[in-house]
Amino acid sequence: MPLAVQFTQVSRTFGEVKAVDQVSIDIAEGEFFSLLGPSGSGKTTCLRLIAGFEQPSSGSIRIHGLEAAGVPPYQRDVNTVFQDYALFPHMNVLDNVAYGLKVKGTPKAERHSRAENALAMVALAGYGARKPAQLSGGQRQRVALARALVNRPRVLLLDEPLGALDLKLREQMQVELKNLQRQLGITFVFVTHDQTEALSMSDRVAVFNRGRIEQVDTPRNLYLNPATPFVASFVGTSNVVRGALAEALSGSPAPFSIRPEHIRLGAAGPDSRHVQVEGLLRDIQYQGSATRFEVQLDSGQLLAVSQANDSWQAMPQAWQPGQRVQAHWPQEAMTQLQDTEAY
Amino acid sequence: MHSDKAPWGLRLAAWGGLLFLHFPILIILLYAFNTEDAAFSFPPRGLTLKWFTVALARPDVLDAISLSLQVACLATLIALVLGTLASAALYRRSFLGKESLSLVLILPIALPGIITGIALLSAFRSLGIEPGVFTIVVGHATFCVVIVYNNVIARLRRTSQSLIEASMDLGADGWQTFRYIILPNLGSALLAGGMLAFALSFDEIIVTTFTAGHERTLPIWLLNQLSRPRDVPVTNVVAMLVMLVTMLPILGAYYLTRGGDAVAGSGK
Repeated sequence: MPLAVQFTQVSRTFGEVKAVDQVSIDIAEGEFFSLLGPSGSGKTTCLRLIAGFEQPSSGSIRIHGLEAAGVPPYQRDVNTVFQDYALFPHMNVLDNVAYGLKVKGTPKAERHSRAENALAMVALAGYGARKPAQLSGGQRQRVALARALVNRPRVLLLDEPLGALDLKLREQMQVELKNLQRQLGITFVFVTHDQTEALSMSDRVAVFNRGRIEQVDTPRNLYLNPATPFVASFVGTSNVVRGALAEALSGSPAPFSIRPEHIRLGAAGPDSRHVQVEGLLRDIQYQGSATRFEVQLDSGQLLAVSQANDSWQAMPQAWQPGQRVQAHWPQEAMTQLQDTEAY
Repeated sequence: MHSDKAPWGLRLAAWGGLLFLHFPILIILLYAFNTEDAAFSFPPRGLTLKWFTVALARPDVLDAISLSLQVACLATLIALVLGTLASAALYRRSFLGKESLSLVLILPIALPGIITGIALLSAFRSLGIEPGVFTIVVGHATFCVVIVYNNVIARLRRTSQSLIEASMDLGADGWQTFRYIILPNLGSALLAGGMLAFALSFDEIIVTTFTAGHERTLPIWLLNQLSRPRDVPVTNVVAMLVMLVTMLPILGAYYLTRGGDAVAGSGK
């Protein structure tokens, strides 16, 4: 598979701060690739390195096989959808979208028809004469998308493009973005701090923490086989067990992760190879589709347990806070983690 | 709680202050229409427009007006170019000596005009340049640049950095970004800065006294009129004209920069 973007040992320092620290990534052509991490973890700096707004302090970046060092942003075959959309306030929507074509010298008739097409693609046909200030947040977001896509870039960079939208709109745009990417076959590099968003849209996700990459994997592997305590707790929720308790339960001193929904309350069957623990039931939260329990083991370790409410009948509540409960999970559900700091 | 009506004492003081500030100006406006030509009685015995015709028929008045307009236009033009370039160089990049450089730029407006005037005069003398229109324009440009610089740099700081990045990202080089994105965003700041600079130059007298040589700008002409009591109504007419020419651009500049927030960074 040819590579769209390749980072080799890339670092970017701002004074004393290492914003990006020895990062290596391979992004394949046509891939929906997400950079996921908390704020300040270096994901946006990586995006700006690809766009050319920042230069690496060390290491090399290749875009479609060509060394990117020294290539200014306007000569790169990549376009960006900015977090604040960065629409030009003094131009109408059509001129905003046609801007990239205009500066490249495309004749007026052609650039207007292509801009109209791009607007139609994001369901904004007929909005060309409006000013950005007259649009809603979601509409501005679509204009920013059309303005980038009209240039037919080989790589589209998206910097938390859905962050400013409300939940319903965000979910709708997630589906639309994913469809658009499939339809156009363009490489998408998507920056987000929202792990649900990253999991539901991406082919692969790189998880960032403090300027470094903790893990690059498919959403499914990221969730089922987190490599580090940070990934286990940042992607979804997880119970990370360390130290003596980890050794007693798993047989290895390395920390392990167990997802709340993989734990069952009650006693395991006598013949099963399940791990069995006992503790005090501290709290019960009814969350609609699931119920969440908090169990404190005798060692002090807190264990989150989640049980799906997958029957349409109202089940009688079998547990009360304050009582002692047993809990168990299959051996295979535990994922051994590298012994690094948690999030 | 905020009450709509101020106490009467405060209102009286406010009106008193305004009257104190503007009474002399009102007198000048009133006596520009006075029928008498030397001895003034209050209230005026009658009102007339004849001094306007008299003033506009005098070649010395017309020459002074045309010189002042010429100087103000040239100084404004120089200020627009230099002020914009200076602010573009200083607003983002940091380099050694940046702080002292911006201080030096702003200094001409903080210095007393008399110092600027003496300094300019001796500089021109040592360079062997005869005082004339050129030296007046240069003298005025020193403080007009500051006005434009301050306006433009304030606008640049308010312009979202991501607009410039977006332009570069979409394939525009530095010149295209300046032409299509930065300049349109600066438009009203340039206009406001230019109008203020024009107004400042038009009624400047201290620096001009030192750099004018034999040339007579309108303010210098007015100053010379003080020794000619028989011309007072004409002087009043000209003073009124100066007031209008300087006040209207300042009002215009105020309205232009007031709405500036809506221009830049509306993406957020």
